[in-house]
Amino acid sequence: MSEKHIDEVSGVATTGHEWDGIRELDNPMPRWWVWTFYATIIWSLGYVIAYPAWPLLTSATQGVLGYSSRGEVRKDLTAADDAMGAYRAAIKDKSVEAILADDQLRSIAVAAGGASFKVNCVQCHGSGAAGSQGFPNLNDDDWLWGGKPDQIQQTLAHGIRFTKDDQTRDSLMPAFADVLDSAQIAQVSTYVVSLSGPVKNASLVEPGKTVFAENCAACHGDDAKGNKELGAPNLTDAIALYGADEAAIATQVRAPRMGAMPAWNARLGDTAIKELAAFVHSLGGGEK
Amino acid sequence: MIFAFCGNALICTSFYVVQRTSRARLFGGDLAWFVFWGYQLFIVMAATGYLLGITESREYAEPEWYVDLWLTVVWVAYLIVFLGTIVKRKEPHIYVANWFYLSFIVTIAMLHIVNNLSMPVSFLGSKSYSAFSGVQDALTQWWYGHNAVGFFLTAGFLGMMYYFVPKQANRPVYSYRLSIIHFWALIFLYIWAGPHHLHFTALPDWAQTLGMVFSIMLWMPSWGGMINGLMTLSGAWDKLRTDPIIRMMVAAIAFYGMSTFEGPMMSIKSVNSLSHYTDWTIGHVHSGALGWNGLIAFAALYYMVPKLWARERLYSMRMVSWHFWLATLGIVVYAAVMWVAGIQQGLMWREHDEQGFLVYSFVESVAALHPYYLIRALGGALYLAGALVMAWNITMTILGYQRDEAPIGGSLPRCSLPNRSPIWP
Repeated sequence: MSEKHIDEVSGVATTGHEWDGIRELDNPMPRWWVWTFYATIIWSLGYVIAYPAWPLLTSATQGVLGYSSRGEVRKDLTAADDAMGAYRAAIKDKSVEAILADDQLRSIAVAAGGASFKVNCVQCHGSGAAGSQGFPNLNDDDWLWGGKPDQIQQTLAHGIRFTKDDQTRDSLMPAFADVLDSAQIAQVSTYVVSLSGPVKNASLVEPGKTVFAENCAACHGDDAKGNKELGAPNLTDAIALYGADEAAIATQVRAPRMGAMPAWNARLGDTAIKELAAFVHSLGGGEK
Repeated sequence: MIFAFCGNALICTSFYVVQRTSRARLFGGDLAWFVFWGYQLFIVMAATGYLLGITESREYAEPEWYVDLWLTVVWVAYLIVFLGTIVKRKEPHIYVANWFYLSFIVTIAMLHIVNNLSMPVSFLGSKSYSAFSGVQDALTQWWYGHNAVGFFLTAGFLGMMYYFVPKQANRPVYSYRLSIIHFWALIFLYIWAGPHHLHFTALPDWAQTLGMVFSIMLWMPSWGGMINGLMTLSGAWDKLRTDPIIRMMVAAIAFYGMSTFEGPMMSIKSVNSLSHYTDWTIGHVHSGALGWNGLIAFAALYYMVPKLWARERLYSMRMVSWHFWLATLGIVVYAAVMWVAGIQQGLMWREHDEQGFLVYSFVESVAALHPYYLIRALGGALYLAGALVMAWNITMTILGYQRDEAPIGGSLPRCSLPNRSPIWP
């Protein structure tokens, strides 16, 4: 069973081995295969001379090209600094208002802020900054804590109801389930809806107005237009974080949900905060 | 896929092949049954661990310490059975398939033990902590992870190919010399290539360089298996028309050749800087796992089942043909769409404007992948449908049925041109 024989189809001799009927031809290795294998080895030898490769006792060969991946990163960062350094320094020195007044600085600050926004803010505010339930839309001119450049900067830097920052914006709406009865809550909710549109039960509007004046106007104002000092929302514009119909408003009156936002100054630094403020201000609703 | 499907396919075919090519029954009597049930228990413990959140968080090595210990026992038994059978063989030489199977069994044992060195928190708790930390931990993990691909999914499956392709084609292996050289080159070079998974990380530059050049040098040794597989079919290419099992093997070897070219290419640092962490990697591993490992294992099953149950033939060759087309189309769709998705993802991540600011947020790159993921699911569904066809076909074969069906394509010229038969037998 182990004698050599010639394969009839190819005319090539076998090695003389056989296992379970399987023989092996004595073909040479394909030349192109051998030469390509040699070529990869030669290329590799060249590469390990050119680049860091051979481990030594406490270090490694550095390669004749002097490449290092950390060095490459340093080079890129330096190049970026060289290109943007002057603008970054100007942004650092000026107020957001002054940056917005300077055409060139504004365009750079807005572009830089947009890039930071994509990394840090889209998770809550959405990639188009349109927000979602519980997270404010930043494209409109309805501001909880103010839409002037320095107000936006303050919100970004210190956050909202962020307990680790003692300058954070803070306010608390009481749970009116403890204060008002169900009828009063239905009345005041209907009144609030009536300020911006049609209501389901018009007879509740008048008594609701009284409930509002006694319980809500202190923060939201006699005209219900809100108070940015307290982060009390404007109730007359049909924009509501947690829903704008009577039932949603009633839920919010009974047990209010209040959003929180982290303080970003420790993480991003003053310059990036200013860039972000310029970006948010430029989205469409920025106030003078 | 890797442990449950490929692992069982490897254990099953290696026990079959080593007996056939050694002319000896398995060594150790019922120890082989222990290997079988022990491995299934390992799979159950590993899979339930995923569901229960019991994990070492190591890629391809998630099972916790007690599962690792159990697998070590099973694996040593596996080695004893396999090696014992080779030792008591009645053939003068060891067949090439068995070299590959043996290198797979030995190396996986080494990789498994070193990568899973860990300290359990308590004897009764499932939690343990790795013996390594930081970049050493990452390198150990990828030394293991890459060679799980190299020795589990490449060397072991080459063993499968080296037996079933010549048997099904009824042709001799193309080149003995090539099989020796590419075997030793493959197992020597593969073990160094792991660091290419850690390009541009805290891993020192010299280790990244070595991982990359060993991957480049690995290209031809990997292709040696492809050449030997495909060229073994020379003289039997006509069977592609009539034998869907051969077709499946050819497609498997083609996917093998493609992914073993793609691998070295992706290990090049400049390519890797685009491809790393993207779905391109997912496409790459699936073209290998589903295209190469899946198809060659299916073909081996189609070969073995009628023999093991002493059936004249499979229940249906036309269903094999259906399986071939479903699986091939499925994996082509799957892999192609992951390449496109991965490259787009990589380009979106690095896209910046002329001032140097990033253009896309991460979530925008995720949203952009939505259509690709739908097509990917379609490809996967086709592949799964093919496997279900196989399950039906094999079940019916085992039950002893034969489907009454016309033979496949290749016999047509003979029927329509009977007088040509001396020239076209």
